[in-house]
Amino acid sequence: MARITASVFTSHVPAIGAAMDLGKTHEDYWKPVFAGYEFGKQWIKDNQPDVIFLVYNDHATAFSLDLIPTFAIGTAADYEVADEGFGPRPVPKVIGHPDLAAHIAQSVIQQDFDLTIVNKMAVDHGLTVPLSLMFGEQDPVKGAWPCPVIPFAVNVVQYPVPSGRRCYNLGQAIRKAVESYDEDLNVHIWGTGGMSHQLQGPRAGLINKEFDNAFLDKLISDPEAAASIPHIDYVREAGSEGIELVMWLIARGAMADVAGGKPPKLAHRFYHVPASNTAVGHLILENT
Amino acid sequence: MPLDKPYLDVPGTTIFDAEQSRKGYWLNQFCMSLMKAENRARFKANERAYLDEWAMTEEQKQAVLARDLNWCIRLGGNIYFLAKIGSTDGKSFQQMAGSMTGMTEEEYRNMMINGGRSAEGNRYIGEDGDAQAHRQPQGSAGKKGI
Repeated sequence: MARITASVFTSHVPAIGAAMDLGKTHEDYWKPVFAGYEFGKQWIKDNQPDVIFLVYNDHATAFSLDLIPTFAIGTAADYEVADEGFGPRPVPKVIGHPDLAAHIAQSVIQQDFDLTIVNKMAVDHGLTVPLSLMFGEQDPVKGAWPCPVIPFAVNVVQYPVPSGRRCYNLGQAIRKAVESYDEDLNVHIWGTGGMSHQLQGPRAGLINKEFDNAFLDKLISDPEAAASIPHIDYVREAGSEGIELVMWLIARGAMADVAGGKPPKLAHRFYHVPASNTAVGHLILENT
Repeated sequence: MPLDKPYLDVPGTTIFDAEQSRKGYWLNQFCMSLMKAENRARFKANERAYLDEWAMTEEQKQAVLARDLNWCIRLGGNIYFLAKIGSTDGKSFQQMAGSMTGMTEEEYRNMMINGGRSAEGNRYIGEDGDAQAHRQPQGSAGKKGI
């Protein structure tokens, strides 16, 4: 049977991808950001997943105002890396896992979450920056990401966006879906985006270290409390784009303790301000 | 019953909700078109002519020509869509975000390096934080013009 062994949480700031693509990781500005991911890069080599279920949001890339799915699961064999306005990032294309993805879609929809099924979709920095952070630089042509990825896009751009509670419950349904898949697969679930940031208006640049660190504390040891945070608190405390943090609750909801298992082991915790406009947060939790 | 909007009392912030999205539909779809290289080239060659191909309001076109992102957002623009204009102009996301505050690029960058903008005084309209209407524009860039 397939099982979720760990969850990884990380910001997906586009400038981090640009810093890697342009060879700036050793500049003083960026050094502390990448130092925070050294542990994770080694950890993932030692804990190689067979598949990554990667929760992220599309930033007006694959989805314009033509179509705004609240939850979209990628069931394609592969995904092109998007041109976000200055050419695609020089990273390998993303290979999917259509069989597991279709199984999860069926199981989760039958658990009353109405997912949109996507068979053609370019993936933007929301998905590729976390892969780059955990797997390092990869040659776009000769290289390859070490394992298949199931993209799971959440609408956090146009309101109404799903509540933290809805995301947390969805994570629980995803765990059940994975565990009902016959093949013996080691699956990681990643929650990405955040932490505090605001990209618009006179309040642009807002950062709230206290809120972010309290969120990390709750996410680790009291996810029920984190799931209870209403939208308005994210907006007021963590900036209008801080709402992306609801996506972390999908990954957290899929961990074993939420279904009565043992609390996860905190393998790594990192927080840094700033990367461009954003506070960077990163956690690794292992099911024990 | 009108839409519940508990976010209207947050200063310096426009939530991109269904109403804003309807207002900004063509503005945002125009922005989306800039993801194609040939459209970027056509827009750059004659901005006004390219904008006239879209069912945008005259004011939306003026806001784009002025590269005034706060104005674009008031008219229904969303920052992730508007960012395509910035990319077309070769601007970073930090330059775009900073442009909405009235700060110079350097002032904004320094604010971020020093830990970003504090939430103190910036949670509710009527407090005294630096994002409040009575304290705009911030920094020195916005004080020169207009």
